[in-house]
Amino acid sequence: MSTFLGTPPFPQAARTALADPQLRQNLAHATHTIRDKRARVVAEVEDWEALRQAGAAIKDHTLAHLPDYLEQLEAALTAAGAVVHWARDAAEANAVVAAVAKAHDVDEVVKVKSMVTQEIGLNEALAAEGIAAWETDLAELIVQLGDDLPSHILVPAIHRNRAEIRRIFADRMAAAGRPAPDDLTDEPAELAAAARLHLREKFLRAKVGVSGANFAVAESGTLVVVESEGNGRMCLTLPEVLVSVVGIEKVVPSFADLDVLLRLLPRSSTGERMNPYTSMWSGVRSGDGPQEVHVVLLDNGRTNALADDVGRTALRCIRCSACLNACPVYERVGGHAYGSVYPGPIGAILNPLMRGVGTDPQVDSLPYASSLCGRCEEVCPVAIPIPEILVDLRAQVVDAHRGSVTPKPEAIAMKGAAKAFGSGRRLGLSERLTGLALGLARRLPLVSAWTGTRDLPPAPRQSFREWWRDDRP
Amino acid sequence: MTAREEVLARVRAAVRDAASVERPTPVPGAAGGVELFCERVADYRAVVEQCTADELPARVAAALSGLTYVVPDGLWLDLPDGVRDEPTLSAAELDGIDAVVTAAAVGIAETGTIVLDHGPGQGRRALTLVPDHHLCLVRADQVVPDVPDAVARLDPSRPLTWISGPSATSDIELTRVEGVHGPRHLHVVVVG
Amino acid sequence: MRVGLLVTCLNDALFPDAGKAVVTLLRRLGVDVDFPPGQTCCGQPMVNTGYLDEAVPAVRATVEAFAGYDAVVVPSGSCAGSVRHQHGIVARRAGDPGLAVLADRTYELSEFLVDVLGVTDVGASFPHRVTYHPTCHSLRMLGVGDRPRRLLEQVRGLTLLDLPAAEECCGFGGTFAVKNADTSVSMGSDKVRHVLGTGAEYLVAGDSSCLMHLGGLLRRQRAGVRTAHLAEILAAT
Ligand code: SF4
Repeated sequence: MSTFLGTPPFPQAARTALADPQLRQNLAHATHTIRDKRARVVAEVEDWEALRQAGAAIKDHTLAHLPDYLEQLEAALTAAGAVVHWARDAAEANAVVAAVAKAHDVDEVVKVKSMVTQEIGLNEALAAEGIAAWETDLAELIVQLGDDLPSHILVPAIHRNRAEIRRIFADRMAAAGRPAPDDLTDEPAELAAAARLHLREKFLRAKVGVSGANFAVAESGTLVVVESEGNGRMCLTLPEVLVSVVGIEKVVPSFADLDVLLRLLPRSSTGERMNPYTSMWSGVRSGDGPQEVHVVLLDNGRTNALADDVGRTALRCIRCSACLNACPVYERVGGHAYGSVYPGPIGAILNPLMRGVGTDPQVDSLPYASSLCGRCEEVCPVAIPIPEILVDLRAQVVDAHRGSVTPKPEAIAMKGAAKAFGSGRRLGLSERLTGLALGLARRLPLVSAWTGTRDLPPAPRQSFREWWRDDRP
Repeated sequence: MTAREEVLARVRAAVRDAASVERPTPVPGAAGGVELFCERVADYRAVVEQCTADELPARVAAALSGLTYVVPDGLWLDLPDGVRDEPTLSAAELDGIDAVVTAAAVGIAETGTIVLDHGPGQGRRALTLVPDHHLCLVRADQVVPDVPDAVARLDPSRPLTWISGPSATSDIELTRVEGVHGPRHLHVVVVG
Repeated sequence: MRVGLLVTCLNDALFPDAGKAVVTLLRRLGVDVDFPPGQTCCGQPMVNTGYLDEAVPAVRATVEAFAGYDAVVVPSGSCAGSVRHQHGIVARRAGDPGLAVLADRTYELSEFLVDVLGVTDVGASFPHRVTYHPTCHSLRMLGVGDRPRRLLEQVRGLTLLDLPAAEECCGFGGTFAVKNADTSVSMGSDKVRHVLGTGAEYLVAGDSSCLMHLGGLLRRQRAGVRTAHLAEILAAT
């Protein structure tokens, strides 16, 4: 799975982000706006909790029977005229897309915004084969033209404000196609209009479209793309050939299940009762849309997550990004600090689950990138117990380093604590030293992280335990 | 092992000990009618109006005045001046037409959504995508209360397009802007 | 009913006044609360940092200390949450279901007062301007809801000032406060700004850990706002 190469472990990356006041301001504004919108439309639904539990149950049921549903999906897709491919990893999936493009002799494809194609680094892989992949979602276009990295699942350019976007369009559009108008201002409507003109020529000439899918219905072979701008419809409808890369966890059993998920997703995601456009298609439709349809079913670490008894529920995720918007850590440091296309609370569990812990310090730092405040779980439309999974992953990180020849000071401290906390008598003795310990503590590295900006409390004259024993009235 | 065999083998191994989970019982939706439908469509800043079958031709003529428009086969309102998609119009030709007039398969009151199943009078998907105005005629008896009712009426073997207001984006500072790539003007007429 | 006080390791060592206040308060309400001295720590610091094996002795000491009690009262949302939700994890790890037995009879202080004793007016008096921060684990892990507010509203002379963005995390988060100190302090600073904006003399919460973090920021800024555990306000007369 592709990560942002060279991202340092979370605490360092966060420190850099925290030092950027513009970023902080852009993020706080955006996350608070969308949180409020979400809260309003969720409150409209009479039994949101029942809907959430139903969403969770649909996903859990599907995951528990995933082999059957995948085979059913494959059969339904094939019967509907699609060509089904399987990919163990990113390289295999990218190779399928490149081969399709080459078979049609094209040097460009148009893309619907999709998390999975970012996860596998498709654009870079196609570029290496001489094929340009044009992002057509407005935010993705901003990121692509700005040679930037996405920082949010739904709004990848959330870290950019209108002035920055105007500059990117004015400077970079010409090199990619139709230039931005000379008199472009930073009004959002004008910026959107510039993107419309820039991309329209690409839509009208494109031969190959590439998409992901929000859902894949096993029973009918129906793929679903949920979007706002219409760029998705353009890519799914106008080209002659369509390749959709679909993570194996996107399956749902039946068309009826979409009912629950389509009530949960837009409200959680953009804070709307329904998003502007949802496209559903099953294979090839004669005389309407692409006449050659490929579907790539992708693993790329999903089966690692699936095999994790506690973490499995992370695969319920429908990528709504509500947990990012609700997260006080994400709100302050933004998405880049997570070093992955999946940032925020879901990224803090999904990356370690898919990639495994114990080898990459950056990945190992992610489960700790949370104060465990629980807001993510509270807003998650499929009730993923993110804090519980974070805590479990922390244990996996610790276990992976057990028996190391050079244990971290933290591990030594925890061993000491285990001993002290094994008996009340022993603890009573060591508490006598509390005052002394606080004095010493001021010089230890772990504690200097505390005292850099916060005072330590004054040491009490007597512990509670001593008071109870000696002085209780 | 092929990729297929290996992925399926990994999946089987991963869920071998997973507890089976029952599929949920249906969660009923809200209960709205045409009134709510119109309100909710209007919330998306689409134009929405209600009229009788007799009033319809005049309303449609007014909505299309001054615009070129394409009319798909099988539309239940006769519009002889419309461009036909026969022979099939190219994307570039469609881009040169201002508007499209279609029927719909279902309207959803709670969410203000129209769903096209691209059957008679709705045309292939590109027709309602490339022109900048979409005039959609919905019969009052096609309006259902909420998403579950719509899903129950629709056929997944057909292509389906769910439309809730005009094309929009909130990608710039979360400010909603109507109209990016899809039709920038959505006009819904509820008949009957 | 035998009621045991799980004072928490942090209150025991650094904030004994919070523990003393619980004793004063419960005795006034006719509960003869006991402090089983075998208790140490609920195990939360270890579990939340990923050291499950290291949590076993603490959890075992806690379970053994409270073996004879019908109810365990904890003046901390996160430690009560730990007993209720994390002892099970440790029990599974250790293969010893006996380590999870306290979950059903453990109450955070405000839950014990309102749900078990059925009181909201505890006869307290505290003539000061107070703002209340609902800590994350009380709010979201335990779901204590408005119980602490209902208790505070009955305190004589007390002016309860609304804390803006009250449900936002203060940024403490256990070892998060040192592992991700910059983010933690950024969150705490926002909380402190909201607290100062209320004009309160006291910041009150049900968790000494969050108060230690916020109090540390307040003291560093010489802000003049004092921190107090919910129990201390409810014990005051
Ligand atoms: S974890 Fe839940 S809240 Fe976060 S993106 Fe996934 S579905 Fe949405």
